[in-house]
Amino acid sequence: MDNVEYVRPGSVSEAVALLAEKPGKARALAGGTDLLVQLKSGRRQIDRVVDVKGIPDLTEIRVNADGSVLIGAAVPCFKVYSHPAIIAGYPGVIDSVSIVGGIAIQGRASLGGNLCNGAPSGDTIPSMAAAGAVALIAGPSGSREVPVAEFCTGPGQTVLHPDELLVAIRLPAPRAHSASHYLRFIPRNEMDIAVAGAGAWVALDSHGVVTEARVFLTSVAPTPIGVPDAVKAVVGTRGEESALDAAAAAARAAAKPITDMRGTIAQRVHLSGVMTKRALAGAIARARGEHVPGAHEAHRVRTNGAAH
Amino acid sequence: MVAVDAHSATKVVVEATINGQSVQFLAEPRQTLLECLRDVLSMTGTKEGCSDGNCGACNVVMDGRLVNSCLVLGVEANGQSITTIEGIAPVGGLHPLQTAFLEEAALQCGICTPGFIVSASELLKHNAHPSEDEVRFWLSGNLCRCTGYDKIVRAVMHASDIMRVGH
Amino acid sequence: MTTTIDRPTGENAATRVISANDGANIIISHGDYNVVGTRPVRHDGVDKVTGRATYGGDTRLNGLLFGKVLRSPHAHARIVSIDTSKARALDGVHAVVTAADLPTAEDREIDLGEGGGNLKHMSDNILASDKVLYKGHAVAAVAAVNVHVAEAACKLIEVVYEALQAVVDLKDAIAPGATLIHPEITQKSLGKDTGIHSNITKHARHQLGDPDAAFAKADVIVERDFTTTMVHQGYIEPTNATAMWNQDGKITIWSSTQGAFAVRDSTAEILGVPVSRIKAIPQEIGGGFGGKINVYLEPLAALLSRESGRPVKLIMSRAEVFQATGPAPGSWSKIKFGATKAGHLVAMTADLYMESGAYPGSDTGAAMLCVFAPYKCDDMRVDGYDVLTNRPKTAAYRAPGAPQAAFASEQVIDELAEKLGMDPIEFRLLNAAHEGTRLVQGPLHKKVGGIEVLNATKEHAHYRAPLGTPSPSTKRGRGVAYGYWFNIGLASSVSISVNGDGSVTLIEGSTDIGGSRASIAMQAAEILGVRAEDVRPSVVDTDSVGYTGVTGGSRTTFATGLAAIEAARSVVTQMKARVAKVWSVAPDDVSYDHGSFHAGTHSMSFKEAAHHIEDTGGPITGTGNVDPQGHGGAFASIIVDVEVDVETGKTQILEWTIVQDAGKAIHPSYVEGQLQGASAQGIGWALSEEYFMNSKGEMANTSLLDYRLPTAFDVPMINTVIVEVPNPGHPFGVRGVGEASIVPPMAAVANAIHNAIGVRMHALPMNPGAVLHALGVI
Repeated sequence: MDNVEYVRPGSVSEAVALLAEKPGKARALAGGTDLLVQLKSGRRQIDRVVDVKGIPDLTEIRVNADGSVLIGAAVPCFKVYSHPAIIAGYPGVIDSVSIVGGIAIQGRASLGGNLCNGAPSGDTIPSMAAAGAVALIAGPSGSREVPVAEFCTGPGQTVLHPDELLVAIRLPAPRAHSASHYLRFIPRNEMDIAVAGAGAWVALDSHGVVTEARVFLTSVAPTPIGVPDAVKAVVGTRGEESALDAAAAAARAAAKPITDMRGTIAQRVHLSGVMTKRALAGAIARARGEHVPGAHEAHRVRTNGAAH
Repeated sequence: MVAVDAHSATKVVVEATINGQSVQFLAEPRQTLLECLRDVLSMTGTKEGCSDGNCGACNVVMDGRLVNSCLVLGVEANGQSITTIEGIAPVGGLHPLQTAFLEEAALQCGICTPGFIVSASELLKHNAHPSEDEVRFWLSGNLCRCTGYDKIVRAVMHASDIMRVGH
Repeated sequence: MTTTIDRPTGENAATRVISANDGANIIISHGDYNVVGTRPVRHDGVDKVTGRATYGGDTRLNGLLFGKVLRSPHAHARIVSIDTSKARALDGVHAVVTAADLPTAEDREIDLGEGGGNLKHMSDNILASDKVLYKGHAVAAVAAVNVHVAEAACKLIEVVYEALQAVVDLKDAIAPGATLIHPEITQKSLGKDTGIHSNITKHARHQLGDPDAAFAKADVIVERDFTTTMVHQGYIEPTNATAMWNQDGKITIWSSTQGAFAVRDSTAEILGVPVSRIKAIPQEIGGGFGGKINVYLEPLAALLSRESGRPVKLIMSRAEVFQATGPAPGSWSKIKFGATKAGHLVAMTADLYMESGAYPGSDTGAAMLCVFAPYKCDDMRVDGYDVLTNRPKTAAYRAPGAPQAAFASEQVIDELAEKLGMDPIEFRLLNAAHEGTRLVQGPLHKKVGGIEVLNATKEHAHYRAPLGTPSPSTKRGRGVAYGYWFNIGLASSVSISVNGDGSVTLIEGSTDIGGSRASIAMQAAEILGVRAEDVRPSVVDTDSVGYTGVTGGSRTTFATGLAAIEAARSVVTQMKARVAKVWSVAPDDVSYDHGSFHAGTHSMSFKEAAHHIEDTGGPITGTGNVDPQGHGGAFASIIVDVEVDVETGKTQILEWTIVQDAGKAIHPSYVEGQLQGASAQGIGWALSEEYFMNSKGEMANTSLLDYRLPTAFDVPMINTVIVEVPNPGHPFGVRGVGEASIVPPMAAVANAIHNAIGVRMHALPMNPGAVLHALGVI
């Protein structure tokens, strides 16, 4: 690896100043599970690493009075999935953070880092976007907010300016009779980058009819994308097979994937539909109060009464 | 923490607690914790398999969490408490996991074994009675090419039985 | 040399099949032996579970420098020029070497047992001379004060290439008009030089009878072709080597290797020095599977040490391991088998194409010896073709060539059985080879356990168990497959010396990849009449033990075990003479059994006798030097249940049972371990592993993120059944076990997928995309 300078500011303003001093040649370091891989392979070349884990705003989870939850950008996955408010209110986010890269990666990797890395395949982005999350950004000229759904602009590209710092992600207060679910397709059972993934959130009325929904896909476009037509397909329904099939078709139409070593266009288009249908079905079931396990809880398939 | 000039290979003093001992060492910012453990501190029990967080051979515990030391900078260890494979066994004895691995023949070449033992010891702290699937899910970040995992999973579950009963 | 065979006492040499009714791992009867067949803790175990064991990367020496290799970005190019001046000038750099620093290599073959090849090609692979033949081909190497400086120095080496057309895929390489990778080579076919310039460097054939005519007798014929992609052995410890070239010309090498003598011999050849100048010290090895027999770094480390005057350590990155060691070949197999209505195989042909990568010499030879070996048929022909491609030179991967061939042949067997309406195991039993069956290459099978393995498979509870209820949108299926590996002998040397307290030290040269140190010690302990714990085995360097072949070919427990037995017998003979002195009787009057010496009314334990060594003539050491011919082949069969998600194409392994003949399992836990490890490798090879290469010969998935080895969450418990049909060539009946087990897995999974979804998979890997495509979904 090339030489880098390592700095560890204690405040947001100090961090911003350190980033601004080396525009494009300084990068925030949270868990390091993306940045260090990039630096070691030479895919990214910078002069200065700004370790932001010494800044309280970036390392805390706060539940606000209105019920919204603020997750510091550098909070590691394991803290997110251990937090009672997130477990209770955002099961789709729990699904995502529980499957990022394995237990050791989850000891360090963060939601903020996943978002700022801006990969088309980020596992946490569809579930945050589906939850209606907002990114809180600080820069030399002040702070601003950007919906997570609009944060990524291209492969590895985000709305962040080189002198800006993602401080936290705000999840809106959870509503009654609403729930989310994230599912991804991977060739193994863990440790893979998503070939296609879908995050869905729905809100139901007292009759179990979907009144609102959000559907986001990952790995099937240059950025994670929303699928408004899938929303239209399920709003006003109870999530019947036909509605879900229509949502799946909408997902297939919205997907604009490439062929690469992880999947072909045809495979990803097809999987967009399958994952969307399953994610919506799971979100609706959870909104009804049913327990739908995340991938990390789903047991390996067992035979029934075979040679044991 | 002292900021250094860009492009300089000036080393930084890092102070950490490793396996219960206070340790001080010098590290260039670009050296990973794995490199510092193996090459600076001569603690070669932690192994390198892939250097990008995909095999778990470099697992250590830092600040109470299982991490891949290949993806932590040595300088980030400043002020942290770290446990490596060298710190798993009590002095003069073996951890029940280590005994179980030996009795169940849960190793063949042994290169992945330190990573598995560190990882499994953390599992058993979080979940004293894991099911087979819970063991497999937790250990999915530790690759083994020799054993097919069967005896490793048995050893971990056997160790959990022993540790629960307090033998 | 001859070896007397000891039959287990109180029992004939009949097969023992351990009842497999409960489906769990089977514990083998200890009845006839004291040590053999038990499960002591391995002697090197504590060091390995505490992290204390020294692997190659852990080597620490005073003044150590760290090396890095500059590698070609092109899959096929001429090297126009190399300028190392800027690299040499970088602060912290102590040495830079290129092919100019190697002696001009001769164009001749060298034999390393399960490795080796043409010396000129091996040398060229270490450092490219005039052309680079694969992306990753070494062009120069640097030694510096740390790896970061060495990496920076590599970036400063200026190489000018003239790119040539890369030939990446096997079928492209054999197509008419393909660019020639070695225009200087002419094709050898059926033992003759044809004068033809082709990327097919060799064509060989074995034939019995006249299969073309015999197909006329068949009522059912199945003819199919199959392809497999290049895969890697996937050892978790990256390839590494450290060397010190002393001022007196002596070279010491520490490396991760399957054979220190192979390191010594090949490095000596490549460096052009006598073997007596090299001492190779094997460190503990973190996996090999055949991929750590050839040297990749040792000569580089030595050259860098010569130039710098310091020891130099080189460790490959994971990306370098994939791109610049010796992966297993991709293949194209054309299989045609015919059978009668009654189910008898009457004609079998196979055309096996395997890539050798950048240099000639692939695994077709071994594959040809295995593809028909499980079956009896009077009319068979196998043709094998070695094909050059612009990829790293392929090397052995556990039963090299046989798994690729079995993926093809065992699916054709499956299809024949299905068309005949026969149970797949019954069909195989009806046609199973046994002692006296003629192999296609001419000799007869010796005593083998194939039929016993098939019967144990048929009787296993797994085979009768219901498949169970599939999850939503999935289908379940069951498949079986069967395979053979011949195993090898090769030379080994062991010496044993007796300590005054009745323990013994055992010196051997077989690097311990899977617990062999223990099984060798146990064989000595059995003969000596002591406990396994009383034997202290060490794996030592090439100066300290007699010539010992590589740990590979499933030879170690067999051949080094034989050497240990011979050494132990020598010790017993010498001890008898000493005891005779103590009792003032003739040595011939002393007998030894069950750990006690007897003569008339006298008796003395081994321990007590050891106390007398000093006073009766001094040290006792026994040596065993063997080059045995009595190795025995092994059969393995697998039952697998799968669940295929027809919406995503993903296959889950539900249940796995592997049955294998081990002859005699010296340490059953480590035999089970071989079967289980090979099964997991087979699952990865079947479902997720591949070299994803583009048309320019660039591998896209050089990380363990995208080169997908199975994780613990991808495989179930692996049921093992060890069948023991003793090998008459070994006193305890040992057969090699490391390789037969990897021959059937991919075919078993393919047969199970076919059973589940009704589609034959003709290519590996059978990943989700391939299954969706086969289902017609995409």
